[in-house]
Amino acid sequence: MSSELPRTLEQYRHAVRAHELSAEEYLDETRQLIERGDPQVKAFLHLRLDAARSDAQAADPSSPLAGAPIAVKDNIMMAGERCTCGSRILEHYVAPYSATVVQSLLAAGAVVPGKTNLDEFAMGSSTENSAFFPTHNPADLSRVPGGSSGGSTAAVAAGFALGAIGSDTGGSVRQPAAFCGVVGFKPTYGLVSRYGLVAFGSSLDCIGPIARSVRDAALMMNVMAAHDPKDATSVRRSPVDFEAALQPTLAGKRVGIIRELQGLDVQPEIAAAMETTRKAAVKSGASLVDVSLPHILSALPVYYIIAPAECSANLGRFDGVRYGLHEDGRDMTETYSKTRNAGFGTEVKRRILIGAFVLSAGYYDAYYKKASSVRQLITDELDAALQSADVLLTPTTPTTAFRLGAVTDPLEMYKADVFTIPANLAGVPAISFPAGKDAAGLPIGLQLMGPRWSDADILSCANVLFTALGGES
Amino acid sequence: MTTTIGLEIHVQLATQTKMFCGCSTAFGDEPNTHVCPVCLGLPGALPTLNAQAVRLAVRIATALGCTVHEVSEFSRKNYFYPDLPKSYQITQFDHPIATGGSLPIVTEQGARSVRLTRAHIEEDAGKSMHAADITLGGETLVDFNRCGMPLVEIVTEPDMQSSDEAYEFLRNLRRLVRWLGVSSGDMEKGVMRCDVNVSVSPDPAKLGTKVEIKNLNSFRSVKRAVDYEEQRQAQCIADGTPIMMESRHFDEVQGTTTAMRSKEASNDYRYFPEPDLPLLQLDPTELESVRAQIPELPWEMQSRFERDLGLSPYDAALLTEERSTAEFFQQTIALYDNPKKLASYMETEVAKLLNERDKTLTETQLTPATLAGLLTMVESNVISNTASKDVLPLLVDTGTTPTEAVRSLGLEQVSDTSAIEGFAREVIAENVTQVEQFKSGKEAVLGFLVGQLMKKSKGKANPKFAGEILRILLK
Repeated sequence: MSSELPRTLEQYRHAVRAHELSAEEYLDETRQLIERGDPQVKAFLHLRLDAARSDAQAADPSSPLAGAPIAVKDNIMMAGERCTCGSRILEHYVAPYSATVVQSLLAAGAVVPGKTNLDEFAMGSSTENSAFFPTHNPADLSRVPGGSSGGSTAAVAAGFALGAIGSDTGGSVRQPAAFCGVVGFKPTYGLVSRYGLVAFGSSLDCIGPIARSVRDAALMMNVMAAHDPKDATSVRRSPVDFEAALQPTLAGKRVGIIRELQGLDVQPEIAAAMETTRKAAVKSGASLVDVSLPHILSALPVYYIIAPAECSANLGRFDGVRYGLHEDGRDMTETYSKTRNAGFGTEVKRRILIGAFVLSAGYYDAYYKKASSVRQLITDELDAALQSADVLLTPTTPTTAFRLGAVTDPLEMYKADVFTIPANLAGVPAISFPAGKDAAGLPIGLQLMGPRWSDADILSCANVLFTALGGES
Repeated sequence: MTTTIGLEIHVQLATQTKMFCGCSTAFGDEPNTHVCPVCLGLPGALPTLNAQAVRLAVRIATALGCTVHEVSEFSRKNYFYPDLPKSYQITQFDHPIATGGSLPIVTEQGARSVRLTRAHIEEDAGKSMHAADITLGGETLVDFNRCGMPLVEIVTEPDMQSSDEAYEFLRNLRRLVRWLGVSSGDMEKGVMRCDVNVSVSPDPAKLGTKVEIKNLNSFRSVKRAVDYEEQRQAQCIADGTPIMMESRHFDEVQGTTTAMRSKEASNDYRYFPEPDLPLLQLDPTELESVRAQIPELPWEMQSRFERDLGLSPYDAALLTEERSTAEFFQQTIALYDNPKKLASYMETEVAKLLNERDKTLTETQLTPATLAGLLTMVESNVISNTASKDVLPLLVDTGTTPTEAVRSLGLEQVSDTSAIEGFAREVIAENVTQVEQFKSGKEAVLGFLVGQLMKKSKGKANPKFAGEILRILLK
């Protein structure tokens, strides 16, 4: 039966509505795939397959997601389930409430098979920073799935779920989507509620869908995008049908190519995929425009000041006083110190230290304040570029998936985010879609960025290119 | 020696719910019953701003003459403490909601306008209860009911020079926040808390070293702490020992201040803009409507009572302590035009009854109309002043009208001369001896005869009329 199984959420929904398939049957098939494949891939931190089966039984076939299995990154709250953030400090933490997005997905008929692995507190680009175990890339088990939402993207790529949600602070949905050969979308900041997402860099964090096709991402966005009174940064806007907004061509679209990124060292097959995609865009009716973003290469250093600064405050609450790991010390200060030293991994500690440093008296102006100004500059430049282009096309990553353990220098790891970070700094939407494979057969992902609130347009353009390159429509 | 004092006052705003979540602000309930993921700082929870808290903050800032900013910003103040569950407090730092403004004070040293530096909005922390307060050996317990309570912090310029001025500032500020309905101002419940900066200098042209005394929770403590600190610093100067710039704790029992551990005092709070809350933008038309709704302020009303109604400073201050009292007074004056008499009656007779009943004026049945009615009856001799004291409790407790109360108590004073004349003729007929004595020049006997007449009238005769009528008949 598995050969006939729907490959996308859209096909699944169609089959369930046509009574060719039930949610239970599909979940049973999924379960087999997980039981067979996850011991190698290790996408999930915790599974809830029995509960998911009851949920699938109860699912309404006419609901938007019709009982489809959607995996949830383990830094997003689901009531009654553990939420570890891939960290020892929250190893036994059980969510007392559900994130708004999880509530919306469940209300729309999603079934959650499990919570997925991630770099600890979403800090990393390989999922090797999980305190529990690394996740492997289903395309090549010797390689990383990317990160930090590596568990969610691996689950979708391996057929363990029809879709997943992840969080994207500097590329954590898009970069692993590129590495795993799936679609990853970071919406406009404020379009999807952050309530219930464990904060890393609050001004950058976005929850986004991970899917097998752009259309599936649009279907998920129809459920996920809504104003949430519990999130003050969530914006009230009239609802959009992202799926209905998908257009067949790029007629009249101006696709911008960023001049300053041309000189960057990119794997040749990725450069070739860019060329192929540019041609496909033109063939579909788009025009190509050259745009300049003079400060875009400062995005990386700016990000590695802003994100750690916010994380140093956000992660202060894990002090062992009320919940989570607690290590006794002789006094209050030593208890904090022992708890946090035992509970956090190296990368998390590094970022907390950087963050505390850049905010400290005497350094604030030189680091945090300056980074904030440059962030505004980059945002202004991006806004201006998006006046002369409707979308900007870039690679998602400089390379395809690297081998586990291959990148040990944190700075080298950080550089993997060079293309994805600007969208987070500016709060604009960006999507990574599969665009072929490299010589080793590893997936290549390309990225489109657009103006704030052009989410429907970005999805539409990505869908045209994705299908033109052979993806599921 | 010159003493310079500045204050930082936290005022809890009188909202139904907390600053950033929907939890109740009720005081005195079981610990940790008014808590939720937001005020407990649970992972993933986010703050949303209480619009009513902002309105109240704008109201107090406007009344204090501050410049209220159309755009202000929240920041995170980072420090570790068990009663601070997020490890940061959401407050305002670089861009507070209000700056400038002033509050007038009057002490024996004269009148002074104390300038304000700023007013900003922030959330309260939880409450730690240490082993000293509880019977658990060495444990510290935390109650998060207070965590996330809405506060406005008001910071003054170093404009005060004595503990009396600091005391008077706080008293007047409390009167104002109550007057505006912005806060109960109750220091004992921790609704108003105060940090005091004191510096003593031998040179009046130069400020001394600033010493901060933290967390004072009564007006009296503020006064005592300042007095002690003034004397301590003066002694340091006299002895030539350096005064440290530090935070000190006030010991209520000893009446002394002691240095806090430097660790507690030298935090680097790593302030930065709060990314979870957008800039706070106030609508100019709404600001204007808040301004339009600010009532006459207590000190304005106080000086008007002195100037226009001729009240003594003491009476005017007493009547403007509470807005409800002041307004009651104003409404009564419109019906009974004797401000001094009314003031004295309210401060003595009415105050006494309120005291006995442990109630405020608005909690009783007394109205401006009934009180004015009662005093008019005394003024026009319908009842005596003494009888009014029997009537007042009925007005206070039952809300009946003075006319009905007087009738039901049978207290109408008899001013009808023919009725009094009748009593007088009877008294003259029955007291032949005394009448003779009076006629032979013993004036004092008249008092006895008036007394007899009062007895006959069961105390209702107007004594002034009685004396005069007797005198006429005995001529």
